[in-house]
Amino acid sequence: MSLVNIKIDGKDFQVESGLTILEAARKCGFVIPSLCAFNNGKCSRASCRVCLVEVKGARGLVASCVYPVAEGMEISISSSKAVEARRASVELILSNHHKNCLQCEKNGHCELLEVSKMVGARDHMYEGEQTPATIDELAPGLIRDTSKCILCGRCIERCKEAQGISILGFENRGFQTIVSPVGNRSFATSPCIQCGQCVNVCPTGALMEHSEITKVDEAFKAGKKVIVQTAPAVRAAIAEEFGEKIGTPGTGKMVAALHRLGFYRVFDTNFAADLTIMEEAHELLERIKKGGVLPQITSCSPGWINYMEYYCPELISNISTCKSPHMMMGAIIKSYFAKHHDIDPKDIFVVSIMPCTAKKYERQRKQMPNDVDAVLTTRELAKMIKRSGINWAKLPEEEFDPDLLGDYSGAGVIFGVTGGVMEAALRTAYFWLTGKEYGKINFEAVRGQAAIKEASVDIEGTVVKVAVASGMKNAKVLLDQIKEGKSPYAFIEIMGCPGGCINGGGQPYVKPLFLVNEDDNILETYREKRASVLYKEDERQVIRQSHNNKDIQKLYKDFLGEPGSELAEELLHTSYSSDREKYPESK
Amino acid sequence: MAHLQGAAVKQITEIVNRYKGEGTPLMMILSDIQKEYGYIPLEVQELVSLLTGIPVSEIYGVVTFYSFFSLTPKGKYVVGVCLGTACYVKGSQLVLDKFEELLGIKPGETTPDGLFTLDALRCVGACAIAPAVSINGKVHPMVQVSHVEKIISDIRRKEEEVSGYGQN
Amino acid sequence: MVKIKSSEELIQKHEAEHKCLDQKFHCEPGKKAIVVCGGTGCLSSDSREILERFHHLIKEHHLEDKVTANIVGCFGFCSQGPFVKVFPEDTLYTKVKVEDCEEIIEKDIMDGKVVERLLFVDPLTHHKVAQQHEIPFYKLQKRDIALKGNAEINPEDINEALGQGAFLALNKALHMDPQEVIDEVLKSGLRGRGGAGFPTGRKWQFAHDVKCDEKYVVCNGDEGDPGAFMDRSIIEGNPINVIEGMMIEGYAIGAQNGYFYIRAEYPVAVARLKNAIKQCEEMGLLGDHILGTDFSFHCHIRLGAGAFVCGEETALLNSIEGKRGMPRPRPPFPAVKGLWDKPSVINNVETLANVPYILLHGSEAYASIGTEKSKGTKVFALGGKVNNVGLVEVPMGITLRQLIFDIGGGIPNGKKFKAIQTGGPSGGCLTEKDLDTPIDYDNLIAAGSMMGSGGAIVMDEDNCMVDVAKFYMTFICDESCGKCSPCRIGTKRCLELLTKITDGKGTMEDLDELKSLANVIKSNSLCGLGQTAPNPILSTMNAFYDEYVAHIKEKRCPAHVCKNLMQYKIIEDRCVGCGMCARNCPASAIAKTDIVPVGKSEAMPLRVHRINPDNCVKCGLCIANCRFGAIIKD
Repeated sequence: MSLVNIKIDGKDFQVESGLTILEAARKCGFVIPSLCAFNNGKCSRASCRVCLVEVKGARGLVASCVYPVAEGMEISISSSKAVEARRASVELILSNHHKNCLQCEKNGHCELLEVSKMVGARDHMYEGEQTPATIDELAPGLIRDTSKCILCGRCIERCKEAQGISILGFENRGFQTIVSPVGNRSFATSPCIQCGQCVNVCPTGALMEHSEITKVDEAFKAGKKVIVQTAPAVRAAIAEEFGEKIGTPGTGKMVAALHRLGFYRVFDTNFAADLTIMEEAHELLERIKKGGVLPQITSCSPGWINYMEYYCPELISNISTCKSPHMMMGAIIKSYFAKHHDIDPKDIFVVSIMPCTAKKYERQRKQMPNDVDAVLTTRELAKMIKRSGINWAKLPEEEFDPDLLGDYSGAGVIFGVTGGVMEAALRTAYFWLTGKEYGKINFEAVRGQAAIKEASVDIEGTVVKVAVASGMKNAKVLLDQIKEGKSPYAFIEIMGCPGGCINGGGQPYVKPLFLVNEDDNILETYREKRASVLYKEDERQVIRQSHNNKDIQKLYKDFLGEPGSELAEELLHTSYSSDREKYPESK
Repeated sequence: MAHLQGAAVKQITEIVNRYKGEGTPLMMILSDIQKEYGYIPLEVQELVSLLTGIPVSEIYGVVTFYSFFSLTPKGKYVVGVCLGTACYVKGSQLVLDKFEELLGIKPGETTPDGLFTLDALRCVGACAIAPAVSINGKVHPMVQVSHVEKIISDIRRKEEEVSGYGQN
Repeated sequence: MVKIKSSEELIQKHEAEHKCLDQKFHCEPGKKAIVVCGGTGCLSSDSREILERFHHLIKEHHLEDKVTANIVGCFGFCSQGPFVKVFPEDTLYTKVKVEDCEEIIEKDIMDGKVVERLLFVDPLTHHKVAQQHEIPFYKLQKRDIALKGNAEINPEDINEALGQGAFLALNKALHMDPQEVIDEVLKSGLRGRGGAGFPTGRKWQFAHDVKCDEKYVVCNGDEGDPGAFMDRSIIEGNPINVIEGMMIEGYAIGAQNGYFYIRAEYPVAVARLKNAIKQCEEMGLLGDHILGTDFSFHCHIRLGAGAFVCGEETALLNSIEGKRGMPRPRPPFPAVKGLWDKPSVINNVETLANVPYILLHGSEAYASIGTEKSKGTKVFALGGKVNNVGLVEVPMGITLRQLIFDIGGGIPNGKKFKAIQTGGPSGGCLTEKDLDTPIDYDNLIAAGSMMGSGGAIVMDEDNCMVDVAKFYMTFICDESCGKCSPCRIGTKRCLELLTKITDGKGTMEDLDELKSLANVIKSNSLCGLGQTAPNPILSTMNAFYDEYVAHIKEKRCPAHVCKNLMQYKIIEDRCVGCGMCARNCPASAIAKTDIVPVGKSEAMPLRVHRINPDNCVKCGLCIANCRFGAIIKD
């Protein structure tokens, strides 16, 4: 990459050629406000007109998010013309925005509010009629409020790039334009997988998770025994909500906070991840032994399950029948745990803290309606912690409750990252097939952020081919192979969100505008950073294989019997719909 | 969602196949369907999506962007009042207002009996004979407010004669 | 059709067809040729039926050996159509109806006498004019560059085009180096006719200089300016001239495929273009190894679907690519990354129609027409409050006064000229003080408007300029693609302010806000549509500030247009009491008084009527129905 000399507001800088002015400026220590572009990134739209700057010799103002730097370019960010133009663009956007910022759930993470402050937007400029709004609260996972939408198009791009399903699109034109599933339908009556990737990139409160905090509050008020479990990926990111750098582990403090919030028990979904491995590895070996349908595909990711039901129900028999870990956890809490403590399962209220919005849909599936009672995202948990007056910085590190379901292995921890379920399953399958542990423990071939990873595992002469994909656009490649009868794999792991749960739709927002202390390329590196939290925790565990989890062993011995037993089938397995309509008559 | 008849599936497939060799044929496909059926409902868009691999949301975005494409059926008589500058300065807005008043619908809407759709047009290029009103594509020259009632009643009468009912 | 495979064959064919054409125009003794206008305006007034009637009558009278009849392109003088012209006398009949055909055949064709009653009457002298070139509308025009062949050749017959010299310019270009072709166009001074006036040769040069195996030329025929129909007439009248222009461009920049993007509202133009492409292909004039050279070229047609913004070149590219017609950010420029990400040049229809002339007659001949910085001719669609409405081609540099008063024949009904809007919604209005300004790109910009694609709408004292600004803003608001916020929201806000002002609720602060908003939209918008959208506001505010102030301070619309600021009144002295107004009033707002009309007897039931302003919906029906001029707007 060659270097070019540029001037920004009279100062000389040397930057890589090929960068946009926006990117270059950030590297040189300037923050140009922007909305349709992430403010350290490139943009293909240049539509918000907030990042305008003056370039000597150019005709009019230029959008810094698309305009590349060139040798000798003289840029002015601070000229009054540029300052006033940026302010005017923001003021116009605000004039068509529902400004109930004090009540808005996005407050604190709203880029529009932040940018308004940056440009010094004035009160009530250009007021007038607003585009007719739609508020969609029908879907369990997601809420869409077009009165907050600024038509930046980030969500449209993310849905297309990550999932390849393009649920969201622009509709109508001019002042009537909205971003919406076709025909301004609800997410609930569209083939949306509710992964929440769109929520993660939305700069305003137009797209959000469907909050269930109130439901949890009511359970406490009703005197229920409220038991909480946290997914592995939550600990990899929750510290970000409290101003810590991306990649800071938050396990101990999170558990301490949950104790302070008054939960009856604080469990780790990792326990159930181990349980899932027991059932899923067993199922895989059965299929291999008995000539069942292969490849077997994992079923932990509810976004992926939604995708399968909408887009490839013909693969239904390839999907593992295992419930996802937190649903297994719910089922075990309300049976084994309840029985042991002699509690009426009706008095138990299970809350899952998940990095995921699709889990909110999953817990309401007709096939397993009672296992889990509420799902909160990582972001919602942070809100609960903040409103309870807990100072994160001063929290001690605490342990999960060691009550029957307390033990967990390193294999369970890595469930939160792409390749982790596969690796955990391989560790156990290897043991069962050979009677001894896989020496190296780590299966490096299925680690990392590549779109599709594949590996051949030599289990004492038996070569098992496996593949891993995250994000449905990537997964589609593997699924198409199966449809065409060309899949060489025995086992496939699919996670709905790119990078796995660490990048789930319920995780803390990664918005460069608010992350001034992070690296300029944070959007490219945050997934690796979060993944490393989980891999490090795995390394620290004494027990690193699911089958060696003592509490799991006890669970089978005292309650379930064998993996795949009748009781295990009843409690831990589920079924799927093959006739889910993509566009049912709207409710 | 209503499901498409076999014949419609066949015909839409045929339309899509017409443009197999073209790089980006969506506009042409939609134009042909609009011409053939008079509108492009969601189930047709789903079929086009299936046949072309273009996401439904993108097709829907295109259909709602261009004013020639319609999501709902048009009336038997599509009345378009030209609001091009030449027509406007000669009073075509008043003509449109009169149609709105007498038909009880706004531009873009269709009367409940399915007889009339009213459109506000952007310059049909008949500036010399302004104000121009197009009815099912045929341009009527120099339409004045006072002509509107007769235009509508003429069509109504014609329809009543055809269908054999109406006031005796 | 016989293929034309070389330069020599082309020239032979041209000479043969030229003779045929010559015979049509200067018929052998005793023979005649009838042509009927086939422009959209005349077609909607039954010119197709007129032609059929002629065919029928020719057969009936056994005149097949004596006379031919066929369609030609637009005569341009649309307010006088449909036209029938008879060669060799060059007699032009206007406003012909189907039932007039018989008389034309019997009197003119068989008897050799002119049908006097169908001749054009000069409104000033009241003299009948028999020949086209004698009509003042045509006198100052130069209709042989962009409108070449219009009203002369049959646009559906390639042979007539070949007779007129089609493809001779291409033939010449193919014997030149592509760079020489570009140089020729550069030297000619041709500037884009679509609006902004960017030098065409420079556009070509950019694309020529980009190294890429695949490039595209795109012809922008998405003529959306309300009140403009230049491109339509050019394609309808001589599609092959545009195809040839496109091919020369393709050769110059190294493209093998050309795309015509035409409004779906133009079915006649599309059909003629399709037909022309087919005929060219059949003759080998489109396809591989054209005229035996290494140059291959293919033409394709894509239709618009009703979105004004697609006239913006990057929105147009998206539309061809099957997407919403939303403009792309620049850079990258289309010359580098255009259609399907390949280097592309987008030229307007009229621009391409100029190209064959430049190649054939040389850049010097072309550059000798026009002003210093604006060369050649410009086609205008002259409309609105002007006597001679129609399509005109004039040399650059003629004055607005010549355009409006000499060619246009002035303002009808003795009204006073107020303004002329050029450049459509992107342009501005020019007033009395600009009338003697020679028309060229730079002068029009200096005067606060722009050339635009050629719409020229004349307004008289009855037009309210605030209402005109509101009209354009309504248009832009409807047509804004919605992509960028300044245009999407800003134009809406402008419209709201203008509505407030025309409703009589505006304040002087609103006027300031309107101006600042207009400037924000201009500087902040993504594409040319948004950047020019506020021009009608700014130019009317500039030239007619008093009118805005009257709406605000006096709550008065000086032109009596804004409904909420005017009333309908019956002048008692003029009312004869006939009651026509009351019978036609849809709101029952008109009632009888006790007053006996002037000059009427009390015994008669006639009484002066009066309008109740509370019920009046200001529809104008009463004025339309009053035969005594007794109702006025106040």
